[in-house]
Amino acid sequence: MITPFQIACRNLLRKKVRTFLTLIGIMLSTWVMVSLFGFNKGYEKALNRDIENMGYQLMVMAKGCPYEAATMMLQGGKGLRYMEQSMVNDIVKEPEVEKVTPILMQAYFDPNKGESGGIAGYFGVDPASYPAMKPFFRFRSGGWFHDEAAQEVVMGYEAAELEQREVGDMTMVPEKNVQLKVVGILERTGTQDDGTIFVPLKSLQRIAGTAKITTVGIKVKKDADMSKLETKLYQLKDVQVVSFSQVKQTILKLIATARVMVLSIAIVAILIAMVGVVNTVLMSVLERVQEIGILKTMGAMPGDIFRLVWTETLILCSVGGIAGIGFALLFAQVTDILVRRILPYAPGGGLVAIDLPLALLTLVTIVGVGLLSGLYPAWKAGRVRPLESIRREG
Amino acid sequence: MTESGMVLAARELTKVYTRGSEAIRAVDGVSLTIRRGEFVAFMGPSGSGKTTLVNILGCLDNPTGGELDLAGRSIFGGGKSLGERDLTRVRRELFGYIFQNFYLIHTLTVRENVALPLAFYRKPGAEEEVERLLKLLGMEHRMDHLPGQISGGEMQRVAIARALVNRPEILLADEPTGNLDTRRSEEIGEILQELNRNAGLTIIMVSHNPDLARLGGRRIEMRDGQAYES
Repeated sequence: MITPFQIACRNLLRKKVRTFLTLIGIMLSTWVMVSLFGFNKGYEKALNRDIENMGYQLMVMAKGCPYEAATMMLQGGKGLRYMEQSMVNDIVKEPEVEKVTPILMQAYFDPNKGESGGIAGYFGVDPASYPAMKPFFRFRSGGWFHDEAAQEVVMGYEAAELEQREVGDMTMVPEKNVQLKVVGILERTGTQDDGTIFVPLKSLQRIAGTAKITTVGIKVKKDADMSKLETKLYQLKDVQVVSFSQVKQTILKLIATARVMVLSIAIVAILIAMVGVVNTVLMSVLERVQEIGILKTMGAMPGDIFRLVWTETLILCSVGGIAGIGFALLFAQVTDILVRRILPYAPGGGLVAIDLPLALLTLVTIVGVGLLSGLYPAWKAGRVRPLESIRREG
Repeated sequence: MTESGMVLAARELTKVYTRGSEAIRAVDGVSLTIRRGEFVAFMGPSGSGKTTLVNILGCLDNPTGGELDLAGRSIFGGGKSLGERDLTRVRRELFGYIFQNFYLIHTLTVRENVALPLAFYRKPGAEEEVERLLKLLGMEHRMDHLPGQISGGEMQRVAIARALVNRPEILLADEPTGNLDTRRSEEIGEILQELNRNAGLTIIMVSHNPDLARLGGRRIEMRDGQAYES
């Protein structure tokens, strides 16, 4: 026996092109919507992951020193300020501090990088304390430095890919003409560490001709009062304290405008799709007035006709919504690339996180809005009187 | 069904339309009774009110005045008129309809068209009627065809099967052969006559075709909204 659901499906298949175009509209708006929600979720997750992967929650550096690798690259290392390494001893005394690690950042111009040269960033790290801050580092090959003043480097995954280095290769520090041996290449972490070249702190200090450092990374004890520690650290002379939770808030504020813009686009896309749904279903009802009248002579109640037309809306929105979610999952990488182009700062790893609850929420939203749009055509169909529809023909 | 076998009783049925300031009495005080198993043909010139009367008898329209009882139930009377929901309820329990234009759904097969009423309302055992009726009407070889693949006469047979699938008390046929050639018209006429004779189905038919009307055991001539037995 044929069911009202099958009748609804056949009705939609009558005007295949119209139905297809409506589905495309719903699919596109779902795609935009789920990608946007996925981005909202994924960006914050990626940012948290980036910050957690720093291994430390606070950084202390000389006042005026750029703390972010990208900024350092832009300024070509010229903005670097230094502080005494003895600062580490003052910081580690604080009861809230669990671990500290001194870091020296250096940036040199490499004429062989890219078409017209580029900046190569080096991280001088303490082999005794830095690896403990990054216990999640896995080596694709090799391992950490053999001693604290070795002429060696450990390369991030992308840095090694870019320079096509393998363990055992020699690499030259530009401007300084110092050769270092590659002893380790890290697995991909999805963070900025992938593009970093790590050198033992003492070696980099020797190459740079300084005994100072640029940064102290601080891991705070669990449940310690972070703001109290920050206040105490500000008492140290000529330093600035960067808390990653502050950095996170700043970055989230920066991308808020982009989020609002994309949300507006998503809302407009949904509205356009829903106008398409109303148009398709209403046209379909108007074209079938006689047929609806005949269904009523056969015993279909106004509620049956209402449900039949509403089922058509439900099918359109469900199929379009599922297709949109499918495409969003399939092309999440493309969305990722596009979003990265317009963002002021993009953390590593996937920026668009679409999971089952999000997919279901989007589907329910699309179907819910669709069913609201289908109310008028369904109501109109339910009110068709058989006699009037038969008279039309006569 | 009443004890006397009366399936329809109409008393002083009236339908008045207003066009501007003019009142048109399309049905003017018609009283008649129809017994179970009768084949009643309504004839008359265009505008005589036959279709309007049959629409009221078939609960497709409300009268302006008068009373109508169907199968012992009062449907209209005492100024009462039914809403669309109540009219549908009466229609699906008592009537099957066939029309001049067949009104088959072109995206459904013959079998699905016949089964269509069951998607909304089904009397017990109605499912078995689909194939039985299509066989009875000689359409078993066309069950999986679409309406576009069969002839006009076959389409009307499918429409008859669809009208009968819920085992109605009364079959209401409005110009059932209006779109068919002479040979197909005769075929449909024979089918209606057989359904009336063999299955005891009550048939109310509107037709311009005198040959078809002659098949009815009883003919009613409509003139100016009034009914005359002939």
